[in-house]
This record gives sequence, C-alpha cells and structure tokens, in this order.
Amino acid sequence: MAQESEIVLLKGNEAIAHAAIRCGCDAYFGYPITPQSEVLETLAAEQPWTTTGMVVVQAESEVAAINMLYGGGGTGKRVMTSSSSPGVALMQECIAYMAGAEVPGLIVNVQRGGPGLGTIQPSQGDYNQSTRGGGNGDYNVIVLAPYSVQEMADFVDKAFDLAFKYRTPVIILSDGIIGQMMERVTLPPFKPRRTDEEIQRECPWAANGLGLKERGPQVVTSLELDPSEMEKRNRTLQEKYARIETAEVRYEETHTDDAEWLIVAFGSAARISAKAMEVAREKGERVGLLRPITLWPFPEKEIARLVRQGIKGILVVEINAGQMVYDVRLAARHTNVPVTQFGRMGGIVPDPDEILAALQNLKNEAQDA
Amino acid sequence: MEKKDIIRPENLVYDKPRLLNDTPMHYCPGCSHGVVHKLIAEVVDEMGMAERTIGVSPVGCAVFAYKYIDFDWQEAAHGRAPAIATACKRLWPDRLVFTYQGDGDIACIGTAEALHTLNRGDNVTLIFVNNAIYGMTGGQMAPTTLIGQKTVTCPYGRDPKLHGYPLRLADLATKLDGTAYVTRQSVDTPAAIRKAKRAIRKAFDYSMEGRGSNLIEMVSTCSSGWKMTPEKANEWMRQYMFDCYPTGDLKDIGANS
Repeated sequence: MAQESEIVLLKGNEAIAHAAIRCGCDAYFGYPITPQSEVLETLAAEQPWTTTGMVVVQAESEVAAINMLYGGGGTGKRVMTSSSSPGVALMQECIAYMAGAEVPGLIVNVQRGGPGLGTIQPSQGDYNQSTRGGGNGDYNVIVLAPYSVQEMADFVDKAFDLAFKYRTPVIILSDGIIGQMMERVTLPPFKPRRTDEEIQRECPWAANGLGLKERGPQVVTSLELDPSEMEKRNRTLQEKYARIETAEVRYEETHTDDAEWLIVAFGSAARISAKAMEVAREKGERVGLLRPITLWPFPEKEIARLVRQGIKGILVVEINAGQMVYDVRLAARHTNVPVTQFGRMGGIVPDPDEILAALQNLKNEAQDA
Repeated sequence: MEKKDIIRPENLVYDKPRLLNDTPMHYCPGCSHGVVHKLIAEVVDEMGMAERTIGVSPVGCAVFAYKYIDFDWQEAAHGRAPAIATACKRLWPDRLVFTYQGDGDIACIGTAEALHTLNRGDNVTLIFVNNAIYGMTGGQMAPTTLIGQKTVTCPYGRDPKLHGYPLRLADLATKLDGTAYVTRQSVDTPAAIRKAKRAIRKAFDYSMEGRGSNLIEMVSTCSSGWKMTPEKANEWMRQYMFDCYPTGDLKDIGANS
C-alpha cells in the first residue's frame, strides 16, 4: 500500500472508503443499502484491520450501526458509518442522542429518492432532515455537501476534524450521482490513527478508562432529569451551534462579481448548474453560482451580501421539491429580489437546458414585477 | 448494648465494595438491582479492572446505573446497549465491556441488537435483569411477563391469545454459536447471591479471555410493579418465575473443555 498520495479513478463511494483508511479512521459500522453499498464493500476488500488496524463491522441494521458509532465515538475514536436516505432516516434517533451527549462521529448519506422506500435513483430529498436536526429535540449537525468524487475523499478527514473540534456528529450529504460516478481523484497520504495518549489529550471527556484515576469516572449520556440542569445543557449546545455558525460556513462562488442573476445549488445540482451557467455566460448573460458547501451552517450572510450587491433574481436548483429554497428566501428576506426554485424528483436529474429555461422564467417574472 | 458499641472496626466483617459510591440509589425497597450492582462492583474490583472497564447502561429502571458504580459508562438508547458494547470492545479489546439491561430493553425493543451481539461472539457480557414487568414506566406488560400475570397493560392477566408468550431469551442464546456462557441466576438468598457473583466472574473472565459472548439473566423481583412487599415478592418469584425461568447454567463452553 502506497504511503504517499495517489491519483486513481474511483467511484465516489469507493473514494470515501479509501479516504477513511488513509485519514486515520478507527472504525466503520454499516449496513448494506443501494446506492452506497460500495463503501462497505471497498472496506471489506481492503481489509484495513490488517494494515492500519481500522475496525470494520457489518451491523445487523442501520439502528445498530449508528449505535456502534455512538459507542465508538463515546470512547474518543474516529468512527464513521454510511447509508442512504431510508437507512439514515432510521438512524435519526441515535443522531439526536449523539448530539445530546456530544459524541463525535461521521455519517455519510448517499441520498436516494423518497419518501419511504422511494427509489434507488439519486435525490437531494434529505436536505431538511439533515439541516433541521432530524431527530428529537433542539440540535443541529454540521452538514458537508460534496460535489465531486474528489470532495467525497477530501471531506472525510475534514468531517472528522470538525466532529472532534465541536464534539458533534457530522453528516456528509452526498447523493447517488456522486456516489456512483467515477472520476479521477487524488487520495491523501496516509495519516496514522491516533494513539491512546493522543486520544486522552484530545478527548478528556471520553469514556474509555484512560486516566480514570486522575479524572474520576466518566459518563457519556444525553440524559438529565433536573430541568434547570437540562436547560443549562441545552443553552450550552445552542452556544456551541452559534460558534459553529460564526466560524464554519463554507461555500464556493463562481462568476458572482458581476452577476445579475444568481443560481444557488449544492452537490450534484451545483455541478449541473455550473454547466448551465457556462452556457448562459457564453451567450453573454451575467449568471453567477453560489454553492453552499456547508448546508448547516448555511451561507446566509454570503447570499444576503450578493443580494445587496445588486442581484436581480435568484434561482435555487435542487433535486427535490424545494427545501433549501426556504433558507435562501430567509437570506434574501430584507429585499424584493425574487427567489424561485427548480427541481426534479423521483430519481430524475435536471439537465442544463431545463435550468436555463427556469432561469429565463425567473427573468420574465422579475421584469413583469 | 448501644449501636455504637456494636459498630466497631473489630466487629466489621463486611465492606461496602470500593467501586460502589455513596450516591443514594433510586431503586425501590426489595428491588434486585442494588444487589446486582454490588456484585458487579465487587467482581470488577477483584479483577483489578476498574480502570479498564466500560459499562453500558440501558433505558429502564437501571438507566442511572452509572451514578452508583465508579468506572466509565455510556448511557444507551432503549435496547441499543449491545451495539454500543460491540463498538467499545472492538475498538478497545483489552477493556472489560458489559451491558446492564432490563427485560423490556434486552428482550423487546433491543432483541435484534442483543441476539446479534451474542451471535457475533463479541467478547462482552450482557447482564439481563428480568423482573417480568416494565418498572420505570409504571408496571406495564414486559416480553417476559408470565401467563396470567396482571400488569397495567394486561389488567386481566397476560393472555397468550392477545399478548403472546413469555420470551425466554437465555434459552434462545444457548443456540447461538457465538455464546460462551449463558446462565440464569437470582439474588434472593445469600447462597443465590454467591452463585450469581461467581457467574458474573466467569462471564467477565470469558470475555477477557476472548472466548465469546456471555449472557447472565438475573431472575428478579419488582415489588412496586408487582404491588407486593419485598418479602412476598421473593416468595412469588420463587413460586412462579422460577417455573418459567429455572435458574442454573444453560450453556458453558468451558465446562467441557
């Protein structure tokens, strides 16, 4: 196995698995579901337990997998799971427990269409589920939205860093397009798994026995029956979320300097929208693209800034019925700039021509108004 | 003789386990949990494993087990303790990892996690306190409630036609290739307590020797849920519970090897 970085041709799902092994991930727990099973399959074939010592367990259900994530994360280990929409829906209970107990962990969602069993084709229908908590109670999780196979690989290490920096679950919200498509990808060089000493230093809160004599017994729990204590705990969580909102917003802007019309899109919808933007630019239309990379925290201020800069209208492109569009409307709420949404559902992926047509509709509407 | 004349160092033949702290327990009078907690605290200390133990507490009456025994704990969602234990043990193979669960937790909502952890042969111990009722939520029917036994959700007695049959989880566990030791114990007499302690020690030893998964069912009382005095509850347990859940070792791979 090469220790250096390596350029290879991989599916997005395979890239996630290779990146995990290379970035010092301690364990993967997962359950098969289309279209993300290649993550577990790649790990099983690579046998990282014989090289880096990374544990791989095929769990009996997504429920068990996410609880293994809680267990491993609660001991301070860098642990991950992956699934697709219905499976991630099943995991929501424990994601809330992780948020409440402040347990770090990485959840990869390679989205498919819903609701329910839905379809195995791509979708972005889990935007609301991911950015609004998803489980019970008041919490948020950091959500990273990759739009290439390269970002699938790059976001694994990034997600672990964020998860431990803030002691929170982090979701990589991908979809069936990025999970299944093959691209050239540069895999990062190998980084060793953390030693017990490093874990003890970085995770003094973890329940793993390390340093118990000096620190006393440690409990990882989301339970607190004293209402004043529980409110205090909730306030602490909310303060943490406010810090994340200030420090961790990530996005990418293309051609926004002179843009009159703005497309906002994430993940594969952004990839397709970029093509639509290119075509429009060739025709001399001043179209820009803002791609949120973190869906929570959402780049609200950045959109507000572009709106103040003189944008005439915003088109939100999603592979769903309209979910992120509400966040964009919130960002633009102090202006009269029209915000419309174009989306396809059921596993149908929008094409650039459709996006251009939607853009033309937006322009017509704006001119009529 | 006054009390202070009796309680003198030379008369003390029994110590509170070192790992059991002074937090007042929330358990009802006559409840079996306190005794089982004490036995775990003793065994872990005797094994010298206090700094290398991870306990996983359940949802149910023992939800606060972590408040009373001084080592590291994780508190699980209802039924999911075995999944957490699996991860802890796989990631920290030299740790003593066990779950502590009630009948609703391990034999109802968490049956899948319990059976699969046992079947994988993960080197952990599941301690299963079976009192045939949901104590914490106010005495509802459990998967282990006896036929004819009255609870607030089967007020006319458990009727198999309506509610199915008591689930004998330990018997199921004996059929799984991953289990090393499956036993059913009780803590209603000093002799039973001593046997129960030996069972815990054996299970913990097996888990540390990497021999497989272990299940200890503690047939227990719930005087509040059963609406009986502690003494009467013990009698009722011996009369009826032991019929459905006879105590003794059900499987021991060490016994023949």
